[in-house]
Amino acid sequence: MAIKLRELTQTPELIAGGHRACAGCLGVNAVRQVLHAVDRPVVTTSATGCLEVTTTIYPYTAWQTPFIHSAFENVAATASGIERALKVLGDEGAIPRKVKTIAFAGDGGTYDIGLQALSGALERGHDFLYVCYNNEAYMNTGIQRSGATPYGASTTTSPAGRRSLGKTQRPKNMTDIVVAHSVPYVAQASPHSWRDLATKVKKAMDKEGPAFINILAPCHRGWRYPMEEGINISKMAVDTCVWPLFEVDEGEWNLSYRPRRKPDVADWLKRQRRFDHLFKNGGGPVLDTIQDTVDEDWAKLLERCGEPPKTD
Amino acid sequence: MRPDTGRVAMTGNEPGALAMKQVRPDVVAGYPITPQTELMQQFAQYVADGESETELILVESEHSAMSAVIGASATGVRAMTATSANGLALMWEMLYIAAGYRLPISTMLVSRSLGGPINIHCDHSDAMGMRDTGWIMLFAETAQEAYDNGIMATRIAEHDQVRLPVMTVQDGFITSHTTQVLSILTDEQVSEFVGIYRPKKSLSNFDQPMTYGAIVLPDFYMDVKRQQAEAMDNSPRFVEQVADEYAELTGRRHEALESYRLDDAQVALVVLGSAAGTAKDAIDIMRERAIAVGLLKVRMFRPFPRVEVAEALSRTRAICVLDRSLAMGAPMGPLAADVAASLVTGRRAPPLYNAVYGLGGRDITIADFEGVIEEAAEVAQTGAPKATVRYVGLRGNEE
Ligand SMILES: Cc1ncc(C[n+]2csc(CCOP(=O)(O)OP(=O)(O)O)c2C)c(N)n1
Ligand code: SF4
Ligand SMILES: [Mg+2]
Repeated sequence: MAIKLRELTQTPELIAGGHRACAGCLGVNAVRQVLHAVDRPVVTTSATGCLEVTTTIYPYTAWQTPFIHSAFENVAATASGIERALKVLGDEGAIPRKVKTIAFAGDGGTYDIGLQALSGALERGHDFLYVCYNNEAYMNTGIQRSGATPYGASTTTSPAGRRSLGKTQRPKNMTDIVVAHSVPYVAQASPHSWRDLATKVKKAMDKEGPAFINILAPCHRGWRYPMEEGINISKMAVDTCVWPLFEVDEGEWNLSYRPRRKPDVADWLKRQRRFDHLFKNGGGPVLDTIQDTVDEDWAKLLERCGEPPKTD
Repeated sequence: MRPDTGRVAMTGNEPGALAMKQVRPDVVAGYPITPQTELMQQFAQYVADGESETELILVESEHSAMSAVIGASATGVRAMTATSANGLALMWEMLYIAAGYRLPISTMLVSRSLGGPINIHCDHSDAMGMRDTGWIMLFAETAQEAYDNGIMATRIAEHDQVRLPVMTVQDGFITSHTTQVLSILTDEQVSEFVGIYRPKKSLSNFDQPMTYGAIVLPDFYMDVKRQQAEAMDNSPRFVEQVADEYAELTGRRHEALESYRLDDAQVALVVLGSAAGTAKDAIDIMRERAIAVGLLKVRMFRPFPRVEVAEALSRTRAICVLDRSLAMGAPMGPLAADVAASLVTGRRAPPLYNAVYGLGGRDITIADFEGVIEEAAEVAQTGAPKATVRYVGLRGNEE
């Protein structure tokens, strides 16, 4: 049954207003959307990063759920301990058994420094949901490149310059890496597609065992677009197939959304000043490579999901 | 009644595992590293045999081990782990955080050198690397002490007035892998002694959701840390309380410091861990030769009992502090530096120097100690140590 927006608005606001994230931050927005879709008590934990520093400035906290942050690279390990402790308390009847653990981390805390802890927790099969809010760089420390930063993007450590066209490597496919762990539920989501996002969170919460949702989380500071454009930027990322929406439910690949018309990736890139240099002298081949990679990945995804190949 | 239920022969790792089982942690995280591995294997066997109900998380690294027990402890259950050397080094970031969050985690360290070059044998370089992280640290001379500390640590850490993590340290191989005779308690005795840990404030209290690990900026940070330091400074009296109750139960009383033939001593040795046993034998021999030598064994290294140390040593004429680790580039080894600092703020500071021994598992024998004592006795005469730092048991001649 389709989730109604009105229903979501009736659920408690678990990230209180007044936090210090930038206006228009889609990372914190994504987390807020996740928590609106949650229908049971949860213990939340987050890695170091924009989410954590903007929501917990002492003596305040925006978290209306129990929450712990301990370090950058270990959120999945912290969640492992929480989850086992909740099991002990659930078994002895001190708390309801359905309490769930949710871990949040940025792309740095997931793709890079937190990958080992995440892989370990997935392999051990803890009953928890892991949400990566992927803003494609280390934003909290000032927009440095990460393993999720797109090919050609200018960041403060992969700057465009006289001899550089931005990041020289393509991002790793983190969602695939999680799928390789054979966990019950893996999905990609985007904040503009709130119903899809909420549906995926609900599915993930109902699984027993690890679930992982990778949410694209545009950051206007790092991607350099006008503050109010975030939702459009995320929609275009999905329409251009840079960030396809899909799930892998008990090993079964399902495409969540197929754009009727697939615009050129350049249309998306053009709106973000982190790619400005690609549209000046010499960026052409990089643009071509980006488009080719997106097309290849998209064709592969269609096949995996049992969808007919591209028509346009 | 002194219900010494059993005299048993065990290697140090076995009573470590036994204590871990008997305090009934809700969650334990484990990762192998020599010489601690055997302890966790034994514990895993207890779980496999249904003798322990603990949720054992076999993590993929020690950083994750400490992170997982932090998560579990903050959720309001009893959580523990154990490690050695590089494992402890990998936990280092999380040690500060466990202490800063005032989580009553107890951990067993089976001491080993940190290299490089790699070496799996005992020294205290791992323990010394964590000395400022905010953990209470208890060193064991024997397997008995390792066992007793392992049980008391839970009570100390969880004491309302303490709420600090506790590290219990035994010497790798020397204690962990040699068989000794010790007395153990029954599971029931221990479980009654440690009680159940279910704090009101935790992540599992959904009526009062709380945030652990907020970002604290310069407007509050210093005050928060000062409070933590206060908790550490106030802890000795509660450590003592727990030791009293444990003595009541077992007849074994463990003080922060143990003095051996120190009352009338002109020459004092100061030592941590297993070397204390060898030192005592050497002292007996040297006493026969009319050298008035005694020993101060430091059991509680953090918080450092500085007043009591100064008290115990101020009447001597020479002090040799033995360190089983190096503090590269520092004026002295870590134990020596602490003893020296304690004396400076005390009444009288006798001549003091540092002897480094036993790095990477090098044996220290009774004969070695006799040499140390002879040299210290000379210093008591001359008032002038040959050097601030001496090395014991090097190949060839030190000079
Ligand atoms: C061990 C460690 N290394 C580095 C840092 C510094 N650091 C804090 S947050 C951060 C970047 C976070 O990036 P990401 O996970 O993508 O989250 P974002 O800030 O982009 O939301 C870095 C590098 C740290 N806190 N700990
Ligand atoms: S820098 Fe970006 S990710 Fe960080 S709070 Fe601002 S908008 Fe959000
Ligand atoms: Mg990021």
